[in-house]
This record gives sequence, C-alpha cells and structure tokens, in this order.
Amino acid sequence: MIDFTSTNIRLWSRLGSCGAFGQAALSLPETKEKTVILTADVCNFSGLDRFRASYPDRVYNVGIAEQNMIGIAAGMAREGFTPFATTYAAFATMRCADQIKLCMGYMNLPVKLVGLSAGFSVGILGPTHMSLEDVAFMRALPNVVILSPADCTATVKAALAAAQLAAPVYLRLTGSMNNPIIYKEDFEFEVGKAIELRAGDDIAIIATGSMVLHALKAAELLEQEGLFAEVLDMHTVTPLDMEAVEKACAKNLIVTVEEHSVIGGMGGAVAEALALKPSRPPHLLLGARGAYPHAGDYPFLLEYSGLTAPQIAGRIFETYKELF
Amino acid sequence: MNTKEMRIDILRMALAAKSQGAHLGGSLSMVEIMAALYGSVMKLDPGNMENKYRDRLVISKGHGVMAQYVALKQLGLLTEEQLLTYKSNNTAVNAHPSVNAALGIEFAGGSLGQGLSLGVGLALALRCKGNAASRVFVVLGDGECDEGSVWEAAMSASHYALNNIVTIVDRNGLQYDGPTEDILALADLEAKWKSFGWNAVTVNGHDVDALVNALSARPGRPLAIVAETVKGKGVSFMEHAAQWHNGVVTQRIFDQAMAELEAES
Repeated sequence: MIDFTSTNIRLWSRLGSCGAFGQAALSLPETKEKTVILTADVCNFSGLDRFRASYPDRVYNVGIAEQNMIGIAAGMAREGFTPFATTYAAFATMRCADQIKLCMGYMNLPVKLVGLSAGFSVGILGPTHMSLEDVAFMRALPNVVILSPADCTATVKAALAAAQLAAPVYLRLTGSMNNPIIYKEDFEFEVGKAIELRAGDDIAIIATGSMVLHALKAAELLEQEGLFAEVLDMHTVTPLDMEAVEKACAKNLIVTVEEHSVIGGMGGAVAEALALKPSRPPHLLLGARGAYPHAGDYPFLLEYSGLTAPQIAGRIFETYKELF
Repeated sequence: MNTKEMRIDILRMALAAKSQGAHLGGSLSMVEIMAALYGSVMKLDPGNMENKYRDRLVISKGHGVMAQYVALKQLGLLTEEQLLTYKSNNTAVNAHPSVNAALGIEFAGGSLGQGLSLGVGLALALRCKGNAASRVFVVLGDGECDEGSVWEAAMSASHYALNNIVTIVDRNGLQYDGPTEDILALADLEAKWKSFGWNAVTVNGHDVDALVNALSARPGRPLAIVAETVKGKGVSFMEHAAQWHNGVVTQRIFDQAMAELEAES
C-alpha cells in the first residue's frame, strides 16, 4: 500500500510529477493485479526504474514508436489488462491522435494514457516539447476521462483513481521537479468533483494542474487589494464538475487558469458549459495564447505567458476594475 | 468453406448497398484467406465466439470486411438477411468493422495501419496470461503497408519474440489510386518482413490448401504470409481493376458477375 506520510509527500514533491507517477505505479499491481506499463523510450524519465525492477514482466518499452504503443495498450486492454502508456504529453497525444481516437474514443478501451511534462515544463527543449494543445484534442473525444492533478500528492491520487476507472483516461502531468506541495496529507480525490481550496465572495478562480498553486498565490495578492477570490482545483477536466461551475456563477467574475492554450482547454470546457445560461458572470480565460514562445526555462515561459501569480492577480485585478 | 458462395454473397451485399458502393476488389481478393482461417486454421467455437482459448482475428484492412461477414455466414453466425443490411443505417454489418464480441470481431477498423499494433497487444496479453493455446491472426492489405505504424508494430513483434502472432498480407498489387508499385513501391514484401525479424513466406493467396499449410507453421517467432492475390478475384471485369476498389453494383453488373460466378466449377 502506498502511504501518504509527510516523508513520502515531500519525496514525491522533490521528484516532480513524473517521478511521483513512478512511485504511484509501484503500488498499482497491488490494487489492480493486471496493471502493465508501456513507455516510448522514456522509462527512466517516467520514474519507472523501480517499477521495472519489481515487475520486469509488466513493463514494455516500445521504443520511439508512440502510435504502436497506443495500439499495443489497446490490445492488452481488450484482454482485460489495465495498461498505462507514458511519454511526453505532446507525443503521447498529438503524435498518435488517430490511434487514440480509434482505441480510446471509439472503442472505449480503458487505456490509461499518461502525458508527461505537459505545458511548459520541458519548454527549454523548444515548442516541439511544449504541450499546449493536448487537452483540446483529448476533450473532443467521447468516453475519455481527463485528470489534471495540481501537485505530486494529487498525481499519486489521480494515478490510483485512473487504475480503478473502467473508462479510458488521460492523465495530464504538469509542473517541474521540486513541485510545490498543495496537499500536505492524504485527501479525498473524487473523479469529477472539484476541490475548493480557498473561499472568497467576489471572484471564482477555477484552476487546473500546475496553475492551482499560482491561483492560490494570486488570490492572496488580490486579497491585499481588497478582492476576495475563491480557488477551485478542477482536477478533472472531463467530466467537468457542473455543480461547482454553477456555484461559481454566484460570484461577480469567473476566471479559469491553465497551463494550456486558452482554446479548447479547461477554460473552454467551463465556457461551453455556461454558454446557454442567460445570466452568468463574465469569464476571463487565462492560459497560453498566440505564437509559440521561444525555448526557455519554466519560470521564463510562465512569465512570457502571463501565468505567474503576480501576473494572474494583475490580469484579474485589471479586468475586475474595468467591469465593475 | 464454400468460396464460390462467399463471392456470390459479397456481390449480393454490394447490390444491396446500391449507389453507396462497396469495397469489392479487396474483399474478393481475401475470400480464400478467410476460408483458410475460419474453415481450417483458427481455433474457434461458433457457439461461443468469446471462448477465452479462441484464436483472435484482426481485420486490419477494414474495407475488406465483407469477406469476413460472408465467412461468418458460412459458420452460421450471420444470416443472408443480415448480410443484405450491409451499409444500411445502424446495421451490424458496417462498411468497416465495429467491435462485435459475439461475432468474434475483436476491434473496429477502417483507419489503416493500426491492426498489427492491436494484434501485438493481444499476443503480449495472451503470453502474460499464460495462454499458449491461442494465436493472433492479423490481415493486412498490401497498400496498407504504406503506413509507417505497420512497421513499428512489425519491429515490436520480433523484438518481443512473439511466437503467437501471424500476419497475412493480402498482396493484390492495387491500392485506391492504382498499382502499389506505382504509388509507393513495396518491392519485395517477403524480404521486408524477413528483415524485420519475421519468418516470412509467399504463397498463392487463392489456394486454400497452400494457405492452410503456411498458416499451420509454428516457426517460434512471428510469421508473415504474403498471400499473392488478384484484386476483384472471380469477376473478370473486376480483376486487376483499381476502379473496383470501391464500386457501385447495378442490377446489370450484378447479373453479369453472377453469370460468371455461377458458371465457375
């Protein structure tokens, strides 16, 4: 069994989301006997060394062949296995979009696709390695559950939850090594149920993945300006927590923040969900927009995209002042 | 299996599809492949197509699925009435296969180049489960071998030393736009499979006995059978004719085709 001790939680945080997934993987065969893990030449990067040592016959490194990885995973799922397939999010999703459509969208086979380093965290390698469109594609598919954990504790919870679901899952991992801790102890991670991390009457900030932390910090900054923001961890993008979105409509302004394009991501899901509502607050969508940034490190790219906490607070403050 | 009746059933389905047309060429070319698999080689129980010790069949060239449907009729799993709903709305016999466990249709198809990866997944899963009784058969089109993902899967099957997977390439020499060698030359397919670590043989894909013989081999590694066939086999004006990859069968064409098929001994 995996223990949510403070030691482990600190360890997972140091390892970052990929390493935390690798730690979670170690316990998967205990709860889901037929777990197998496939990877496309990123076994070490996925933090799967220990898993491979413990379960050598349950790891398949298919080489740099993502399309084949999806097909093999789907074939194993058809035979009753629970396959996790891991590689960089950009290649895990868009490289093999048609395989994913067939296997996960159309045939509804319970492949658990793990998108590593989504968003900007390996952006130093350039736009090829940035994954800012993956949610837009995965969201367009029927059947696929999309999980986007906020920190490494939540990554472990999400991996365990994904294994238990009968559905195909896209597990989107954001953030870098030394990933700051939001969840300091074990907590209830219910798929499709957002978590309110902070209360506030003026604004609802709905954040997902790495942006939850920045949203919390932005909310503190806004409070200094006299604006009170609720912060929701929308760790499940599909199915979207409609109850939480409806409740957010009681505020003056809804803000969505994500390390993904503003087109088609979690913000888009919220906007679509509210499109027919006659009376609802304005909605500020924050995320990546426009041309691909130049290669740069993680803080540089967040700054470029206006996704640091002070920038998020500033954009919200300006918007609020303009509107009200 | 009665291959003459299978071809007649394919023509009937095509007529029923009216102006929607039917993928005749690539269905007629793989009739004997289906007859060899369903009639002799594959372990299956028509009373329980989900038996866990069944052999698995993946029709990766999904457009050839009419040949699978008419073979399933030979097994008594589909009726003529059902076949004639081909391409009608909500039919069980789609233009491209959709999953139907009761019929032993393991996967949906239609997007080329994916079936061999699915087959490798099945073969690995069977090995993990300790099921040495079942084999996996994957039918590919030759044009389909243009897809790079086929070769990703081919490499992985030999890398994992799978001795329980067999690929049959329907080498009819034509794809949608014309001869395979003009569109994207496949050259020596047997040599290609061998170079990917497979045991490979070339046989006459219209000789059921030759196919059965080749399919019965157990080389201890992945087995590829290049089945040399004629696209549109059995109807003279459809043979070697790229335009019959997908064509409309009118009553007049149907009558002509039937006259030829029924005259066949």
